[in-house]
Parts: sequence; structure tokens; C-alpha cells
Amino acid sequence: MKKTSLIITLFGAMLIWISCGNNGAKEREKEAPFELAKVDQQPEVHGTEIKEVKLTNPLDQAMITVGKGIYDMKCGACHKLTGDKLVGPGWKDVTKRRQPVWIMNMITNVDMMLEKDPEAQKMLEQCLVRMPNQNLTEKEARSLVEFMRKNDGEK
Amino acid sequence: MKNQILKFLAVCITLSIGISTQSCKPKDAGSAITGDAASKVYVAPGKKDEFYNIVSGGFNGQMSVYGLPSGRCFRIIPVFSVFPENGYGYSEETKPMLNTSHGFVPWDDLHHISLSQTNGEHDGRWAFGNANNTPRIARIDMKNFRTTEIIELPNSGGNHSSPFITENTEYVVASTRFSVPVGETDVPISSFKKNFKGYISFVSVGKEGQMDIAFQLKMPGVSFDLARAGKGKSHGWFFFSCYNTEQANTLLEVNASQKDKDFILAVNWKKAEEYLKQGKGKKMKTRYAHNLYDEKTHTATSTIREEVTVLDPKDCPDMVYFMPCPKSPHGCDTDPTGEFIVGSGKLAAVIPVFSFTKIQKAIADKVFDGDFDGIPILKYDAVLHGEVQKPGLGPLHTEFDGKGNAYTSFFVSSEIVKWDIATLKVLDRVPTYYSVGHLSIPGGPTAKPHGKYVVAYNKITKDRYLPTGPELTQSAQLYDISGDKMKLLLDFPTIGEPHYAESIPASLIAPNSVKIYKIEENQHPYVAKGEGQAKIERKGNQVHVSMTAIRSHFTPDNIEGIKLGDEVYFHITNLEQDWDVPHGFAIRGAANAEILIMPGETQTLKWIPDAVGVVPMYCTDFCSALHQEMQGYVRVSPAGSNVALKWGTGDKAPKDPALSVK
Repeated sequence: MKKTSLIITLFGAMLIWISCGNNGAKEREKEAPFELAKVDQQPEVHGTEIKEVKLTNPLDQAMITVGKGIYDMKCGACHKLTGDKLVGPGWKDVTKRRQPVWIMNMITNVDMMLEKDPEAQKMLEQCLVRMPNQNLTEKEARSLVEFMRKNDGEK
Repeated sequence: MKNQILKFLAVCITLSIGISTQSCKPKDAGSAITGDAASKVYVAPGKKDEFYNIVSGGFNGQMSVYGLPSGRCFRIIPVFSVFPENGYGYSEETKPMLNTSHGFVPWDDLHHISLSQTNGEHDGRWAFGNANNTPRIARIDMKNFRTTEIIELPNSGGNHSSPFITENTEYVVASTRFSVPVGETDVPISSFKKNFKGYISFVSVGKEGQMDIAFQLKMPGVSFDLARAGKGKSHGWFFFSCYNTEQANTLLEVNASQKDKDFILAVNWKKAEEYLKQGKGKKMKTRYAHNLYDEKTHTATSTIREEVTVLDPKDCPDMVYFMPCPKSPHGCDTDPTGEFIVGSGKLAAVIPVFSFTKIQKAIADKVFDGDFDGIPILKYDAVLHGEVQKPGLGPLHTEFDGKGNAYTSFFVSSEIVKWDIATLKVLDRVPTYYSVGHLSIPGGPTAKPHGKYVVAYNKITKDRYLPTGPELTQSAQLYDISGDKMKLLLDFPTIGEPHYAESIPASLIAPNSVKIYKIEENQHPYVAKGEGQAKIERKGNQVHVSMTAIRSHFTPDNIEGIKLGDEVYFHITNLEQDWDVPHGFAIRGAANAEILIMPGETQTLKWIPDAVGVVPMYCTDFCSALHQEMQGYVRVSPAGSNVALKWGTGDKAPKDPALSVK
């Protein structure tokens, strides 16, 4: 009889200890039914690094047309086709100054570039406005490169 | 000997545990907090909450969005009230959202939230809210947290019992707390019993969310208070509490509190659908507004509709029944199984719990206790599962944890009481500070509650926060209900009156949240898709400026040729396509508000210049390091002036002809 009551006392005490001693915040993280980090993966950000871009000649006229349309809608507010700086640098000779892979990453993966690439960081220091992510796909960015090559006089 | 050792050990362990758990004991009634409460509500910087808590703002006409368990408020969604902060109700695109049969109504009183459901569970598509004053229901799209549709409810006087929802979002309902005369309306107020009716609207919800008044039920003149749909076995039924079955039209406080029992109305809406198909509905001429926001044109349109279909219970037997419920029932809540309906008589000393099985049997056996205006009254004892005895004072609302427990709020005795649905025994009670109205458990009104927390939405705050003069913050309180005993974890202040709320796991909403509007898909009639399309058109005295905004300039930012007497419409397209880069727009002397423009969106601010001069305009939403430079001018000339309409930015800005001559 005594033994039973003792065990109950012990058990009860353990229960109190458990209910008071747990760490709510940690427990909650474990229980959270989905990975919170996924919220930050926006489908609009095409943020995977582009490693290689193949250029061909003669220039692809279809891509140039697409690229011009994108330029008019999403780029022309800040970039002139001459060498003059507006908000960002003018595009004249950009394909001679930069590798195509640099240009495309600057368009589609700008957060990574501003974090890692010293040349991109230099541009931010000059312009003081972050190059915006204008929600372009890799294919659209490639069309812009073609449009830039045309602008730089390539055939 | 063994016993002694055991005893010694027990004493040691109990003592040491006793010391370490000192902090668990409540210190006094005011704090009533256990030692680990802080860690249970602490969401570290950069971490996110587990639940969205969508809270109505009561008399502010808005909804606000909080995280649970932190209680952090991170969004206000304007619904029935204008919101100068983002231009809702001020921009030309959103003004039609607040149109009604009375014209533009800039305010309302938003009491209840219903989140859309599929198979009785939250699905994260929409939130619905009711307008209590000028009867309406709004639908908020949970992808962008915006009010996308509002429907007005004719034949209604005060849409309180709304927008409760069926388990597959077939309908949201709307019933009136003010019966009103319908048809011949210029009648003496004292002719209430003869001329006043209480209409209940069943508003159907389409696949894309579109709301339509499917039918109205013409009910006797009483005050409908709250409602819940049946679920599971009781799917196809809807339950409405009502008071003022005395049919008083003055001093209701006394005159509507005479009877020992009022009613809960049970509606067989599947039956109503059958009658509708059989053509039992009568078309009735009326007027009500239906307002819809189009995400492609970024513009709302308002249409006045002129007909509703009315079902009269006199033509439709076996469709509606009254159940007696003690003393002015308020809450009327169905448990997760759909078997039990909990009535909460505001002035009653018991909580009656009705059984759906017994209701069906009583209907089949015709166990009636007379009728009210021709509608059969089911016998109280025949439909009663049982009563919770002496639960507290002033029961209002009940929600459920999915483990067989019910949680009822008590306004007068200021507490939440937990009780067992099967045995009707009270299990626990905790005080609230002060006078709780609604309470909410994540998923509480659904078939699958998430339990874990209950939030009390209090009516009185008094001394809980630093005082701010006579008008104090409103507040809510979070309790842990994961154990046997409820534990107060947190007080948090709220925007407006936190009337009711629902909470939903973040996983059902966050992954679908819209980040931008694609500019390619923008079909606004005055969109400028790129600076090359920025332009100004004059149509008589109306001047339409299609302007672009991008970090950090407007195009055009210099405008000349505006004249006194003109109405200027700034249609501003935000060319950004990145998350969290809105631009704002304001112009000196505008007699309305600013507007915020989300990436890829076009919004319009109307401005009527009132004096000759050069008027500044600027971006209001801090957008970049050069945000302060995002500004421009509009030149206003006298009426009849011959200053030409010119515009531009940078080297395209209008030049002074006098300078170019030199």
C-alpha cells in the first residue's frame, strides 16, 4: 500500500517536472508541419547560377525581336542603348566589356551577383540602386544578350 | 528496509523537483503565467509563426493578420472601410468595391471571419467577412490578402449572423439581426409583428469564389444572431440562433428578454435546394450591388442586381424547424463530428447541447411543441443531448479541440470553461482579462481542429497595458490547451475590435502567397508596359497620365499643360518585377489619399488641381537609396491658357522655349 503511494508520488513529481521543464520554442520548431525556409523560395526568382552561355553567329533574329520587347518593357527605364548612364550603365559595348555569362547572371540571379561578384559590387557602389530582379527566365535573358550584341554592331 | 530507502529517495527527488519547479506556480491572479510561457510564444527574429490568425477588426471594418503563437500583427486587410494607407477605396480601381444600393459607403462593422473549407477542413483559399451595418459579405483572396469581391444583401437590416460556411464552401450564409418590413416598407414601427420579416440569405460560392445569392428564406420577424453549418452527418443542415422571439421593437434589453426560451432554427438546406429546383422559389424585385475586382485589369467593377429568389416556409414543408433554447441564445456551434449543436443562452445558467440524431428522430416522429408562425417547434427534451450545469455566467461562444472537449467563453464571469462534450462535465476554467467575447481555436469550427491554442478576444482591456487616455487598445489572450489544464501564455494588443477570428496553419497559405503581378499580363486600360508607353491623353477636361514607376523615378516626372478645371488621372504602372518593391504616389493638395502600387500593377489617383502653380508629387514608399529623389512636378496653368501639353523625364522633360532661343 505504502509502496504504491510512494510510486504515485514519484510519478506525479516526474510529470510536473516534465511539464514544466520542456522547451516550448524548440518543440514547436520540431513540430512545425512544413519547412519554413520553403516560403522564401520564390518561383519568380530564377536564382540558379548560369555557368555557360554559347553564342552563335549570325545573330538569331527571333531572339533579337524578343529581346527588344523585353528591353522596352523592363529595362529601358534604367538603361540607355548608348554609353550614357541613366539609373544603371548604358548598354553600348556591354557585350565587349562583360562575358555573356556575367550579363545573364546579373539579369536572372542578381542577389547572388551582388553578394559574390566584385565587378557587380563595384557597379552598385557607382549606381547606388540595386539592379532589380525583373523576373526574366534564362531564355529571356539569353534573348536580351542577343539584342545587346546587335546593339554593339555584331552581325 | 527497502521501503525506507525508497521513502528517502522519494523525499529527496520530490524536494529537488519542488525547488526546480517553483517558477511554474502562478504568482497571483494578475500574472497567472507559468515559467515557460515566454519560450512557448517566442518566435526568434527571422523565424515565422506556425499559424496565421485572421482577426476581424469589428468597428474598423477591416481584417488584421497576426502570427500565432507570437501574437505579432503583420498585415491589415481593408475590407469594408477605406484605407488611405494604401489607397483602398480612394484609387479609381478600388472605389467600386465599396459601392452599394445606397451609393459609395466608406465604412462598415466587420464581425465574423469564415475561412473556406473542403471536406470540412480549412483549404486556405479565401476568407469571408460580414458587414453588419449595410449588409454585405466580402471575400478575401488568401493568395494576395486582398478583398476581391463584395456582395450586398437585400431584405436585410443588420447582417450579424454571417458569413458562416458549409463544409465544402457551397454556401456562406447571411441572416439579419434586424427584421425589417419588406415590400410595403413605409409602415409604423409598432406594426413589427405584422409587417417585419427576418430574411436569411444563402450565398453560393463558385469554383473561382464568385458569390451569388442562390436563395433567401422568408422567416418570421425575429433577430437572428449567429449560425453554424452542420458537418459530417449533419452536412446539409444549418443552425441559426435567434433572440427577440417576443418580437419587440423597443427597449429590447428588457422586452426581448421576457421568454424563458428563444430558438435555434434548424434549416435543411438540401431540402431548400430541392424546392428551388421544383420552382417553389418566388422571384422578387429588389436592388443590391455586386462588386468584383479583376486581377488582370487591376480594376473593380460594381453591378447593381435587381432580383432575388425567395423561398417561403409556408410553401415548403419540412424545410425549417425551431428548437427551444434557453434565454436569448447567442453562439450556436456544431462540434467537429456534426452530432452536437451547442447553444449559448446569454442569460442562461446552463449550456444546452442538442443532438443531431435526436433532432432527426424528433422530426420523423413529429415530436412537436406547437409552432411559431406556422413553423414547427421541436420538443426541447426530445432533441436535447444534455445540459452543462452551472458552467459560468453569460455563455457566448464555443469552439472545439477535436479531442472531445468544448471551450466556451463567458462574458459576465470573464473566463473560458473547458468541458467534456460526452459527459457534459466541466473540466477546467481560466480567467480572461477581461470579458471575453468570441474565442478561437486553430481549425476550431472545422471537422479537424488543430487544438494546441485557444485565443480569447476580449471586450475590455482596462489596466492590462500602459494607459493611452480614455480610449485604450483592444486585446487578445493566448492560452495553451495542449495539456489537461489551460495555461495563459500571452496578451497581445489588436487593431480595432477583435470580434472573431479563425486560425489556419501557415503551410496552407504561405507557399501560395503572390509575390508580384506579371507586367506582361497587366490589362489595365491605361497601363504603360515600359517607359516607351508612358503618355498623356487629354479627353476634354479629363487628362489621363499613363505614368511608370521604377527605382527611382517616374516617367513622366515633369508635366506641363494642365489647366484649372481639369481632372487629372494619374495611372501609375509599377515596372518592378521583384518581391517587396512597391512604389507609392502622392501629389500636393490631393483631396483623397496616396496610392501604393505593387510590382506589375497599375493604380489610379484622381486629382483636381485647385490653383495655378507648379505642384510637387513624389513616391511615398521608401524604395531605394535614391527614394528621396523619386519626385517630380506638374505645372498648372489658368483655364484657357495656351501652355501646350508636354511631358517627359530627363532629357525628354519639357524645355523652356525662352532658353532654347538663346
